[in-house]
Amino acid sequence: MYVLTGLKMKNPTILAAGILGTTGASLCRVALEGGANAVVTKSIGCMPKKGHPNPSIIQLDCGFLNAMGLPNPSYQGFLQELKIAKKDSGVPVIASIFGGNVVEFMEVAEGLLPGKPDAFELNVSCPHSEGYGAAVGSNPCLVEAITAAVKDVVNVPVWVKLTPNVSDITSIGTAAESGGADAVVAINTLKGMAIDIESGYPILGNRSGGLSGKAVKPVAVKCIYDLYATLKIPVIGVGGVSCWQDAVEMMMAGAAAVQVGSAVYERIDIFSEINTGIKAFLQRKSYSDVKKLIGLSHEMV
Amino acid sequence: MLPLNATILQITEESHSVRTFFFDLHFETMEPGQFVMVWGRGVNEVPMGLSRINSITVLKVGETTSKLFELKEGDSFGLRGPFGRGFSLPSENEKILIIAGGVGAAPLSPYAEAAYAVGSEVHTILGARSADELIFEKRFLGAGKVYISTDDGSKGIKGFVTDVLKGLDLSAYDKIAICGKELMMVSVFRLIKDRKVLEKAEFSLHRYFKCGIGICGSCCIDRSGFRVCKEGPVFSGMQLLDSEFGRYERDASGRRVQI
Ligand SMILES: Cc1cc2nc3c(=O)[nH]c(=O)nc-3n(C[C@H](O)[C@H](O)[C@H](O)COP(=O)(O)OP(=O)(O)OC[C@H]3O[C@@H](n4cnc5c(N)ncnc54)[C@H](O)[C@@H]3O)c2cc1C
Ligand SMILES: Cc1cc2nc3c(=O)[nH]c(=O)nc-3n(C[C@H](O)[C@H](O)[C@H](O)COP(=O)(O)O)c2cc1C
Ligand code: FES
Repeated sequence: MYVLTGLKMKNPTILAAGILGTTGASLCRVALEGGANAVVTKSIGCMPKKGHPNPSIIQLDCGFLNAMGLPNPSYQGFLQELKIAKKDSGVPVIASIFGGNVVEFMEVAEGLLPGKPDAFELNVSCPHSEGYGAAVGSNPCLVEAITAAVKDVVNVPVWVKLTPNVSDITSIGTAAESGGADAVVAINTLKGMAIDIESGYPILGNRSGGLSGKAVKPVAVKCIYDLYATLKIPVIGVGGVSCWQDAVEMMMAGAAAVQVGSAVYERIDIFSEINTGIKAFLQRKSYSDVKKLIGLSHEMV
Repeated sequence: MLPLNATILQITEESHSVRTFFFDLHFETMEPGQFVMVWGRGVNEVPMGLSRINSITVLKVGETTSKLFELKEGDSFGLRGPFGRGFSLPSENEKILIIAGGVGAAPLSPYAEAAYAVGSEVHTILGARSADELIFEKRFLGAGKVYISTDDGSKGIKGFVTDVLKGLDLSAYDKIAICGKELMMVSVFRLIKDRKVLEKAEFSLHRYFKCGIGICGSCCIDRSGFRVCKEGPVFSGMQLLDSEFGRYERDASGRRVQI
């Protein structure tokens, strides 16, 4: 058994926010069929939102570009999905929420409490939704205030998801910690864009969006490494993990657990595969516990 | 994949509100029932079944499809695909029944032709609101026998595809393939289930697609959590038992709306 901010998990692999996280049934599927040991929901807000026009996701050689635009059915609409995930997934369910200001974050968190999420993840890091996400998440004062406000109204752990689209991610991580965050999650997508050269049109409906998948892993590893060195609270790693080796690398950089997003596209059971791979690695290297990997590279000087 | 550039070679008018766009790409590996994401540049990107390896057939319903209707031969749009799971092809000597309502005939017409090509016996029930909205009648006729139903009785029997279906001996068929409006499909589903041949049937579902490749989750159905864009759009009747099919779907925001 592995304990992360009080949540009991069999293994430290978690479904990342926004991937197959819109319905209770799909979250259950990722847990039961995929072997995810905890699942994070799609980011939920105050009002129903359709999101940006399509194309909202495209696959590149090195990953994915997306500009979903935070589509969500509002907390009222999502409550029934959260309840299904809680009832049938058999794993901790973390509610990802977003808002434009402190009051909106509090409203959504309180609105989802009846669904009994095991934790909240504050999305202060979406790179392509005006007024939300990264617009909030690049301001340390706001991040601290939002974290503190949500901590005040909920009685479960609060994770804060950080954007890499800032000059110093540790200052935002420190703000979250000061606000009382139980963990930080790094990283959300990196700003990116692709253009259709036949027509000159930017491909994404929102013109630009966020990069995820294989291409962002080195960026994520560096962010996690720096956050681990700076913060006392756990750092949850996410960004470009697509095999057990990637997960081990992230843990050595300092990740207390690893989220997987884009790679779920290829195979839903990637979580089981990573868990098995880590177990075999621990055995081969004679590590007594997966916790021995966390931050290991910091000692190698 | 990035959207491929598809240049329109020819446009044919199938009815006053349905057009086929032939383009210069050939999806040789296409399974009938698979779809492509059609990107009207500067407008939106929407899913469309392939009506041939080099065509889509579009019913004008809203903004994106209206913009597609403004395109002329020589113009182009973006295409990603083919994606998803198509209809399972029959083998030689098998007898199949196709049930196509309205523009549901688009992905089923290449299925009829592929089935005919392998030597199976093809029967089609083709339904539409009126005679002038029947699509691909000739293509289905080329593959085998065709029963027609129109809501207004302007051709074939007056009524719905289910009125034809009621009169057929379903035990004679090895496979049944269905595509059309969900209300039509669900009445077919009930009838086929009552006749205890649901395991022979495959339905092509329509849900709101964003990514089209199985990553975002906007098209997932209850209670299985299947992605219509990836495990579907074609599902066996058995997969749809105890599901949301015929009851509700989700809109672009993920809110449930009644069918
Ligand atoms: C697998 C699949 C295959 C399809 N094949 C065909 C086909 O061969 N021919 C055809 O004419 N139509 C087909 N459709 C339906 C087609 O995608 C919609 O008619 C089209 O998206 C309408 O767009 P619009 O902007 O013109 O209409 P809007 O005014 O935007 O919407 C009208 C209706 O179209 C549907 N729709 C809109 N956007 C989407 C979307 N991104 N994904 C799914 N549905 C949407 C919704 O049900 C909506 O209520 C298919 C749909 C799916 C899921
Ligand atoms: C399609 C898609 C939707 C996403 N939606 C959200 C979201 O709603 N909230 C959020 O915090 N992150 C969202 N993300 C970011 C992921 O959770 C993750 O941080 C990022 O994709 C990097 O991880 P990966 O490379 O494993 O995908 C989304 C990513 C993708 C690809
Ligand atoms: S449309 Fe994104 S998963 Fe199906």
